Amino acid sequence: MNKLLIIICSVAYLSLLFLIAYLVEQQRKSKSKFLDKSWIYALSLAVYCTAWTFYGSVGRAVTNGPEFLTIYLGPSVMCALFIPVLRKLIIICKTQRINTIADLISNRYGKNYTLGILVTLFCIVGVLPYIAIQLKAIATSLHIITGVPKGISPASWSNDTLVIAGILSVFIIIFGTRSADASERHEGLVATIAFESIIKLIAFLALGFTTCYVLFNGFAAISSEAQLKGFTRFFTLHDGLENNDWLAMIFVSGLATIFLPRQFQVAVVENTDVRHLHKATWLFPLYLLLINIFVLPVAMGGQLLLGNQVSVDAYVLALPLRTGHPLLGLLVYIGGFSAASGMIIVETIALSTMVSNNLILPLGILKNLAAGGDEKATIRSIIFSRRASIVIILLLACLYDKWIATSSSLVSIGLISMAAVAQFAPAVIGGLYLKWLTRKGAITAITLGFFVWFITIVVPSIITAGYMDHSILDQGFFGISWLRPTGLFGVQRMGVLAHGVFWSMIANIGSLFVISLLTHPSRQEEYQSELFVHIDQYIGVTGGPGMWKLSARMESVSGLLANFIGRERAANLLGAYAQRHKILLDKEEADPRIIDFSEKILTGVIGSASARVLISNIAQEEEISISEVMNIVKESQQVLELNKELKKKSAELSRAKQQLTDVNERLMKSDVLKDEFLYTVTHELRTPLTSIRALSEILYDNPDMEEEQRQFYLEAIVKEIERLSHLITQVLNLERYESGRQKLNYAAVELGGLIAEVIASLQPLAQEKRISLAFTDPNFMTLQQCDRDLIRQVIYNLVSNAIKFVPEDTGCITVTCRMVEDELQVWVEDNGKGIPAELRELVFDKFFQAKNQTIQKPVGSGLGLAICKRIVEMHGGRIFVDGLSPQGAKFVFTFPSN
Amino acid sequence: MQAKKILVVDDDPYILMSLEFLMKKSGYNVMIARNGTEALASIKTHQPDLILLDIMMPDVDGYSICKHVKSKKDLKHIHVIFLSAKTKESDIKKGLECGASLYIPKPFSTRDLMKQVNELMA
Repeated sequence: MNKLLIIICSVAYLSLLFLIAYLVEQQRKSKSKFLDKSWIYALSLAVYCTAWTFYGSVGRAVTNGPEFLTIYLGPSVMCALFIPVLRKLIIICKTQRINTIADLISNRYGKNYTLGILVTLFCIVGVLPYIAIQLKAIATSLHIITGVPKGISPASWSNDTLVIAGILSVFIIIFGTRSADASERHEGLVATIAFESIIKLIAFLALGFTTCYVLFNGFAAISSEAQLKGFTRFFTLHDGLENNDWLAMIFVSGLATIFLPRQFQVAVVENTDVRHLHKATWLFPLYLLLINIFVLPVAMGGQLLLGNQVSVDAYVLALPLRTGHPLLGLLVYIGGFSAASGMIIVETIALSTMVSNNLILPLGILKNLAAGGDEKATIRSIIFSRRASIVIILLLACLYDKWIATSSSLVSIGLISMAAVAQFAPAVIGGLYLKWLTRKGAITAITLGFFVWFITIVVPSIITAGYMDHSILDQGFFGISWLRPTGLFGVQRMGVLAHGVFWSMIANIGSLFVISLLTHPSRQEEYQSELFVHIDQYIGVTGGPGMWKLSARMESVSGLLANFIGRERAANLLGAYAQRHKILLDKEEADPRIIDFSEKILTGVIGSASARVLISNIAQEEEISISEVMNIVKESQQVLELNKELKKKSAELSRAKQQLTDVNERLMKSDVLKDEFLYTVTHELRTPLTSIRALSEILYDNPDMEEEQRQFYLEAIVKEIERLSHLITQVLNLERYESGRQKLNYAAVELGGLIAEVIASLQPLAQEKRISLAFTDPNFMTLQQCDRDLIRQVIYNLVSNAIKFVPEDTGCITVTCRMVEDELQVWVEDNGKGIPAELRELVFDKFFQAKNQTIQKPVGSGLGLAICKRIVEMHGGRIFVDGLSPQGAKFVFTFPSN
Repeated sequence: MQAKKILVVDDDPYILMSLEFLMKKSGYNVMIARNGTEALASIKTHQPDLILLDIMMPDVDGYSICKHVKSKKDLKHIHVIFLSAKTKESDIKKGLECGASLYIPKPFSTRDLMKQVNELMA
């Protein structure tokens, strides 16, 4: 393919990455949310899949069969197992502003320089070759796709590697070292990593699909053809049980998902929200599954179509190119470029922070920086040291590639790196859960682990590459047979990797435990171990253990901080913190919490150990034992709990008070109602009483009255007495219904019969007024569960009301029963004046009497309808005035469906 | 001397009937009104010397009628006796504040009532 075109495409792709990083950074500043960060987080974890996955899996499948899958099985298994560990790590690193694995270990074991330097060095030794092969992979793919320059083989060194490293270093410097504070997250960068994860997945899926369905007739066709040609290793685990390497691969690859510097960077440092872990637990394994799904078909296809013409690691790229799919070839090239560059970018950032904080800054520069008054210069120096680290790391990788690059395939170097970083696992995971692990234990463990790793895994590969005497492999170091690098202490029949991992872990974990038991932790170590192991207890408590012993002048604290992050930002951060925790800043003596907080900020910039040194330069330490610290923590927790308890109690109190007020109000309301009712009742009683008294007094005082008038007066007295007793009965009834003392006497009542009976009893009254009163459904047989006497009263009240209000002679009253949607309705309709809409609800109120009625003598007690309403409601039914027809009044009461 | 004119106002026909009987028997010139409107009209045309006034009536209440009477220069002299089933302290106070001479709660003694009326009309 045209080299110019490829270069243009590569540059265009890189520019796209720049653009994405830039846009995301901009978006972060404007705080808008069009990207779901949990997706970005999960996808960025796929930086795990490097060129090794992209090109190497197929190569490994060709030589070793399905064994390549173990490298992805490990992470998938660990993904689930490691969630609690990862969660704890993220919380610790966030609160302590830790941003590299070296700083994490140094911080846990007393903020110790030695450990930080040790871990950094081992990381470089372990990971640099890994970066180198990624650079080589890009260069090689470039050579394959453009056609090999004359005179060199595709896999050999060329200046292109240097150029690629140069371009990448520019990108990393621009987006990875924007501020001195390394604990600031690189969201733009992480977004490009997530984007690259998508690209490499798409590229590989496209290749797999084409191989399966364009070059061959489906997966079955490929495998049967492969079987025919006798490529059986695709279908069986290589070497069977004799070789335990696959187990070791699962183990180290699982640990690598956290402990490789780049994985630590994306999984822990760049995590913006612990909850994002949930999505990652299924999305990351799913990603691994997808990117591996076509590995076997591509490997078989490559073997069938390309055979030994090209190196097995080049199958992925050569397959589309040799079969006439140049565009697919370009896509695959870009995918491979994504895989390699993503790894290089993140790994280099992580390593450069480590190198800068643990190797460069402590070399005397730190003291000068802290003393120097020019804050801008300090910040510049820190950023410069980090940028220099980036360039140095990439340069070293190039040199490694040029001088030491062995014939090892992609996978083996990756595995060697994984086995190396696995040596950090005991110190880190143990440090999270076991308080008694000490710094000396950790130093010994890591050193010893690496030593054994080097002897058992690195040395054999160096020997295989021909740089060392082969006799060591056969006869052991110094000719001692049980010191053979692949058979320590006479252990046989183990794969190189399994053997190395086994012995290095034994040495590592064993020395960690033994030395920790034999040594005593320093005070600083005790504080840190307490903090790490019980981090959950310190989340709500400001500061960590150990901060109470510090005292320093405010001026020197803020001055120190300003030196490293700038005066303005320091003032902002301290101001915000002080406000949040209600600390006064204008005192001469700095609050211990301010000192602790400042140390954490410095940790983010220059690492724990350096931050510790700087703070202890300006702060005086008072002797205070860990038990005192524990007491203080306990006290502050008790205060917190007491506070919580108090808050709860006061909430309960105010709730109770509210309830009391409510009850009181209800009582008062019902009191007022009751008073009103009583008053109205007595008022209603007084009126007939007045007539009765006046009339009887007149009769008594005037014995000589005419007989006719006397009769008339007596009749009036009797009527008024009747009215009085009726009223008293009604009031008592209503009171009984309302108080709930009236028990319903349920029985199955034949409603039709009951209505006919009531109508018959009222017929004389109707005839008196010469009006028609009719029941239209005398044969209504439905049995209704109800209290016969009470329902009788309802019907009686409604019908007698109607009789009162219809005009004489023309009056017409009809009673009907209807079933409306399961609801039995009884209608009492008349052709009287009707009831105005605004009064249709008021008529059911106690003592409501239509206004125009009181001009004459009231015809009722004013309680009849109120009583009806109460009775119907006690039965669970409704009573209302139908408003649809303008003619006459239509009263309806209902029974709920049985 | 011409008989004094008394206006009886109540919406209850039996009370009206008995009061009319009592007043006539004591020799007064009696007029009756069954509601506020009739009462106001009667006051205007007959200018009574005394009004026996109920308070709760469907159209105009007794208080308003009393206030009306006491606010007019030419009606001011008319005596008002409230006869009411409203027996709360506040009701009575309100009635007297309107300018009524007496406030007699129902049910009342006819003999006492006549004594009071006679004293007032003497």
